Amino acid sequence: MGTQFNKLKSNPMIRKTGFSCFALFLSLLCGAVIIGYSGYSPINIYKVIFVDTLSSKSGIMLALSQATPLMFTGMAFAIAYKVKIINLGEEGQLHCGAMAAAIVGAYIPNLPHLPHVFMALVAGAVAGGMIGLLTGVLKIHFGASEIITSLLLNSIIVYITSYLCNGPLKPLDSSSPQTPFINESARLTRLVPKTQLTTAILIAIAIAVLLHLLMSKLTLGYEMKAVGLNLNAANVHGISIARIYLFTMILSSAIAGLCGSTLVLGVNGRYVEDISLNYGFAGISVAALASYEPLAVPITAIIFGILKAGAFTVDRTTNIPVELVSVVQAFVVVFIAAPKLTEFILGIFNNIPGMKQKTGGC
Amino acid sequence: MALLEMRNICKRFNTVIALDKVDFNLDQGEVVSLLGENGAGKTTLMKVLYGMVKPDEGEICFSGNRVTIDKPSAAIKLGIYMVHQHFMLMPAMTVVENIIVGEETGKGILLDKKEALDRVQSLIEEYNFDIDANAKVAGLSVGQCQRVELLKALYREADILILDEPTAVLTPTEVEELFAAVRKLKIAGKSIVIITHKLKETMAIADRVCVLRNGCMVEEDILPEHTCAAELSRLMVGRLVDLEVRHPAQQIGSVVLSANDISINYGQGNCLKHITLNVRAGEILGIAGVEGNGQSLLLRTLTGLESGEFIHIKLDGVEMKCSPKVFLSSGIGHIPEDRTTMGIVGDMSIKDNLILGYHRQKSFSLYGLRRDREIKSNAIQLVGKNAIKTDSIDTPVKSLSGGNQQKVMLARTFSQPLRALIIAQPTRGVDVGAMEYIHNQILSLRDQGVAILLVSADLDEVCTLSDRIAVIYEGEIVRECLPGELSKVELGLYMTGSSGKSAEK
Repeated sequence: MGTQFNKLKSNPMIRKTGFSCFALFLSLLCGAVIIGYSGYSPINIYKVIFVDTLSSKSGIMLALSQATPLMFTGMAFAIAYKVKIINLGEEGQLHCGAMAAAIVGAYIPNLPHLPHVFMALVAGAVAGGMIGLLTGVLKIHFGASEIITSLLLNSIIVYITSYLCNGPLKPLDSSSPQTPFINESARLTRLVPKTQLTTAILIAIAIAVLLHLLMSKLTLGYEMKAVGLNLNAANVHGISIARIYLFTMILSSAIAGLCGSTLVLGVNGRYVEDISLNYGFAGISVAALASYEPLAVPITAIIFGILKAGAFTVDRTTNIPVELVSVVQAFVVVFIAAPKLTEFILGIFNNIPGMKQKTGGC
Repeated sequence: MALLEMRNICKRFNTVIALDKVDFNLDQGEVVSLLGENGAGKTTLMKVLYGMVKPDEGEICFSGNRVTIDKPSAAIKLGIYMVHQHFMLMPAMTVVENIIVGEETGKGILLDKKEALDRVQSLIEEYNFDIDANAKVAGLSVGQCQRVELLKALYREADILILDEPTAVLTPTEVEELFAAVRKLKIAGKSIVIITHKLKETMAIADRVCVLRNGCMVEEDILPEHTCAAELSRLMVGRLVDLEVRHPAQQIGSVVLSANDISINYGQGNCLKHITLNVRAGEILGIAGVEGNGQSLLLRTLTGLESGEFIHIKLDGVEMKCSPKVFLSSGIGHIPEDRTTMGIVGDMSIKDNLILGYHRQKSFSLYGLRRDREIKSNAIQLVGKNAIKTDSIDTPVKSLSGGNQQKVMLARTFSQPLRALIIAQPTRGVDVGAMEYIHNQILSLRDQGVAILLVSADLDEVCTLSDRIAVIYEGEIVRECLPGELSKVELGLYMTGSSGKSAEK
């Protein structure tokens, strides 16, 4: 039994999965304590989040559609992190992509459905990618830390897009800041009628698979991995660091831009100021929970999606404050961001006889 | 009764047995040399004693009492102090400040430097160490830094000093000075354990020699006067090895790699002054020098990592574009000086490390797609051919021992068709057995007509392998000579820049 457990622990994939599961479990546990302390029944609230939400079709659809943007931003962060680039600019890249998609969707008339959707999606990705290009160039040529530049570019971009939808692009008959509706031909197809679940989720999953193939099958992915794991050695062995940084930065922000496109084409139908419900930054937690593995991001995004959908259900059906659900999410961030803390607690659990299977096997 | 007894110490790292029922004794006022190959467990054994590694089994008795040492501070309390291979000093602070760290004198939050300074000063005088207590550590030589480490131990009133590979970074003169210090410490009643794999030094300084092999204590009571270097190396490796024999080049051809009047200035210790080098086919040009005299920069230049309009490097008479990619693909192999930071990607698998730098070659990459089957068969072949000890080619390379990591690096480069080879510190942290293997590999490459430039901090290595020696000091080639032309002490003087000033001493 002991050796078997050790064997399991030595497989990095299983260890990472076990770690993420345990962090999640701890967050639910700590969340329960806070909820209980606030005078509500944790069992009740978790029942509403997980059982009630997931027992209805609409609940499941809501969870999945909430998860979709998180998949994009999560992958954007994860792929950059593989190269040890911290892209904190997903929020801005998303807005930029959304604006581009909204313009292409609204102002190009009379296109057939598929080409129009394709054009709008690509416009978003390119627009997002341009921001990545800028961040990358600043990093490579001027040594500016991408953490700072990508973060600060967020507000610059949001101000610009905000100006566009408050001024030049605002329809005359509209009172709130937004762009005109996109043409019906640019709309993403709904997978299930009357829900927000569109083909965007399929695009996200396809990207996850492509990113995985990039990292495992392409020489370029090999170079990215080498740069991420040992910059110096990669440089010594003739890998162009600048090229890899630039490529990764563009790729990462293009995915974030694509997220903006899918929100416009699939959910809102136009650019609105608050199109992103903090998806950019939530993507960081999603990526971290997935141990920055592109293939795992859709799964962790769905977990966050369930929590989000659960929050709606809690809000609708009970008088429990929704903020308590955010507490659970916050705990996830804490336990993922502080691996030593989680490992320490895991160590305590491991010393309790009979707990071994539970923590190692999940 | 022995001052210190370690009994039945066992330690396993996962499946590897690092220490297998090892007993170790130490008497007062004794200098013991703990001899063994890398990975034999000598450092692990001492780390157990120093509280850095927790043993699975076994006990430690100090002056007859059983003690538990679970952290270095517990060891220091008992009077045990370990001087690590890499000094733990803060360059920006003075000698005294470095010594008193963690043991600050004074009341409350007030630091009483005066008292500390007095104590340090008296220690320096007592042991006749040639150091200024108020000097900044940044300006000290390696030998002086080591003495600061010794002072740290003495300041803490240590009775047992553990020195981990103390001579690895020293010049011959500095080694002599260290040994003088060790003898003084011994007279003062201190017990000293020297971890080493160098036989000659063991013979020169030790009262008693203990030999570890594969985690077992092979012999723990050899007196140097009753043995010889060959016998010790046989005990260490388990068979006879000889590293001292020179194998001169048979056929030296035309110049393959040449650098012409290269000057770069990045400041102290990181500059090159008018370096002109020609490495010919079938010869080994050895660069001797104390570390930090421009070797790193020279290596960077010769491997294409430095570029600039004043850098001209020619391969077979053709000027090269300065880029590591170009250099590697035109057949200039590179074994970097620092394995972990430059040579390998620790978290990547063995098989992926075995193609690093050559991963864009047609045999490993087709239209940008990895050729997994070829990469795998390449790894299997190289692991087998070079006897790299691992259970799978998919394990991360960092889980291998230092010697095996080195083999991965060498196997990768040596499997390529080479014109020239820039090789730095090829046997750093590698045991005698692997050392012999690596030396033979380098020599056989040379005999195939590869032009080899060797940079090593190990003067013995430079002298045995090279067909020509260039001494570098502060970025300048101060002397070129043939092996045997100058004695090691003379070379040492050139290496420290004191050849002209030797009269002063």
